[in-house]
Amino acid sequence: MQVEQETYTGAMTSRPAGGASRPGAVALLAVLASALCSPLACADAAGDRPDFTGTYDTATMTPLQRPKEYGDQLILTPEVAEAAARQRAAYMAERSRDSDPERGAPPAGGDGSTGASGNVGGYNTFWIDNGETAIRIDGEYRTSILTTPGNGRRPAMTPDGQKRAAARRAFYRENTGEAWWLELDGPGPYDGPESRTLSDRCLLGFGSTGGPPMLPTLYNNHKRIVQTPDHVMILVEMVHDARVIRMNSEHAPPEVRRWLGDSIGWWEGDTLVVDTTNFTDRPALSMATRDLHVVERFRRAADGTLIYSFFVEDPNVWTEPWGGEYPWPASDDRVYEYACHEGNYAMEGILKGARILEADKLAAEAGDAPDVGAGGSGN
Amino acid sequence: MRRFLVSIITCAAAVLLSSVAPLVCAEEYRAPRGPDGIHPDLNGIWQALNEANYDLELHMARSALQERAGPHGPIPAKNVLAMGAVGAVPPGMGVIKGGGKIPYRPEALEKKKANQANWAELDPEVKCYMPGVPRATYMPQPFQIFQGSDDIFIAYQWAGAVRDIYMEDPGPPQVDSWMGQSVGRWEGDTLVVEATGFHGQAWLDRAGNHTSWKLKVTERYTPMSPYHLHYEAAIEDPETFTEPWTIEMPLYRRMEPNIQLMDFKCPEFVEELLYGEFRRNPLD
Repeated sequence: MQVEQETYTGAMTSRPAGGASRPGAVALLAVLASALCSPLACADAAGDRPDFTGTYDTATMTPLQRPKEYGDQLILTPEVAEAAARQRAAYMAERSRDSDPERGAPPAGGDGSTGASGNVGGYNTFWIDNGETAIRIDGEYRTSILTTPGNGRRPAMTPDGQKRAAARRAFYRENTGEAWWLELDGPGPYDGPESRTLSDRCLLGFGSTGGPPMLPTLYNNHKRIVQTPDHVMILVEMVHDARVIRMNSEHAPPEVRRWLGDSIGWWEGDTLVVDTTNFTDRPALSMATRDLHVVERFRRAADGTLIYSFFVEDPNVWTEPWGGEYPWPASDDRVYEYACHEGNYAMEGILKGARILEADKLAAEAGDAPDVGAGGSGN
Repeated sequence: MRRFLVSIITCAAAVLLSSVAPLVCAEEYRAPRGPDGIHPDLNGIWQALNEANYDLELHMARSALQERAGPHGPIPAKNVLAMGAVGAVPPGMGVIKGGGKIPYRPEALEKKKANQANWAELDPEVKCYMPGVPRATYMPQPFQIFQGSDDIFIAYQWAGAVRDIYMEDPGPPQVDSWMGQSVGRWEGDTLVVEATGFHGQAWLDRAGNHTSWKLKVTERYTPMSPYHLHYEAAIEDPETFTEPWTIEMPLYRRMEPNIQLMDFKCPEFVEELLYGEFRRNPLD
């Protein structure tokens, strides 16, 4: 469920105003801390390297892909960025107002709005936590997270990639309350648990939140890093996944496949470089294949903010590599447990609901046909 | 000679004064220091090598994890019969400090027996639910301790369970969870971790031993040699037990040169078990 923010009008929802990030204060503290601490305490355990240990909230309003009207323009003017942030704050305040306790239930099937009453299973704004401001790196706001290609949008797909994307799109249609998939020649989207997305199955978080590349998504955008002399551990909030980066090591043999890939790291000056391969057939990054190769870089900007950048290659899917960067502001939050599988009532509900719709459709067809047999498609 | 005498006296004193069992005391071991230069380095991949996950108490071998009455004593229940000897329970001398049985309250003991009699249906391990604390420590798969300058984190291979060990007390847990909230501190060379905030659904082992949401676990990790830690977990739960009790065991360093945590994302493996009946075409 990749939710892409295509405009800066603040129309997408975000968490209620009140959880302000404080980059200025954090930067000041970082400067003070580095002035006061001993070399051992501040440098990472391996010597003079930066230490990225900490908790980060990677939510942002900035979309992954640049809205087309910006063309090749990477930098967003402060006026537009600040106006978008104000609009988002106003929108959130409006959507966070108490509901009318006297209101009745929405009509069956939803009232068609974009809110929680619009359709079955919508989130309201309480649950959504996808950023309050546009990203800012070295003082400049950005129009998109992607920087490569120059238009800030993913490059064209290979013919194979396009075919797979088209097939995937065919599998997803609006929930009309009817078992439309019974007309398909072949598998349907609710045939069994394996038909569902990896996030529905609680195997990986959606939106490539764990990636790599690790991208911002609808909520639970926290990352927790603990850095040791030989490893960097990055906890991805969804689904409590610990990415373990082995420093100065070699990739596992090709038989070893990992859900989040196999990551090795090294330092280039003060930048942590992470190289990841050995993905399974279904990486977290949408449409990618087992041949996905991701290079990530972690560095501190002049003001101390952690900047995360990534570069993606999968020649099976995209005609060129692509990549981008965005800041990871430090957070005072703690990462709560994301016990997805343990509470996955949705999977049972999804499958049972599909079975009911199928039975309804078959019964309706049987009812329509005068010489009713054992019922229509029978598979 | 003097150095030898000093070390003998030091060792004797350590045995008398410390709560650590004198498993290694020819020379008291001093582990290399970790990234902060002060405390021992617990970084590494560790694993328990015992039968604790089968049953914390001293127990003889059993025919299966779930048994039924046979014509001459217990035999495997139907739902585990095909596992044969692979499904049998190995014997263990038990890991309870001081020996003995778990001090259950009477109604909690009845629940343990019911758990054990219906193991396959009730043990959360079967459904790949997170193992909780202390069970995560002695699951039959390795775990990795990440120790930075001020921060400690533990990642378990089994179900990818994780624990952030807060080295500054964050206050009471804000919400109950499978793995609880862990708060750590050093006492000399021992890492002491207090874990609370459990919702009470995790088990302690495959023998049906259980706890409630009132559980508090106090762990102690002490390096004993380059190759092993001494691990203790004190278990307090007034809802379930008549008094606190403690388990202890060595945790061994995985020494293979290529050792690394691998994926054990078991939710995938239990999909047929949990959802098979809801398939469009259920399998035979």
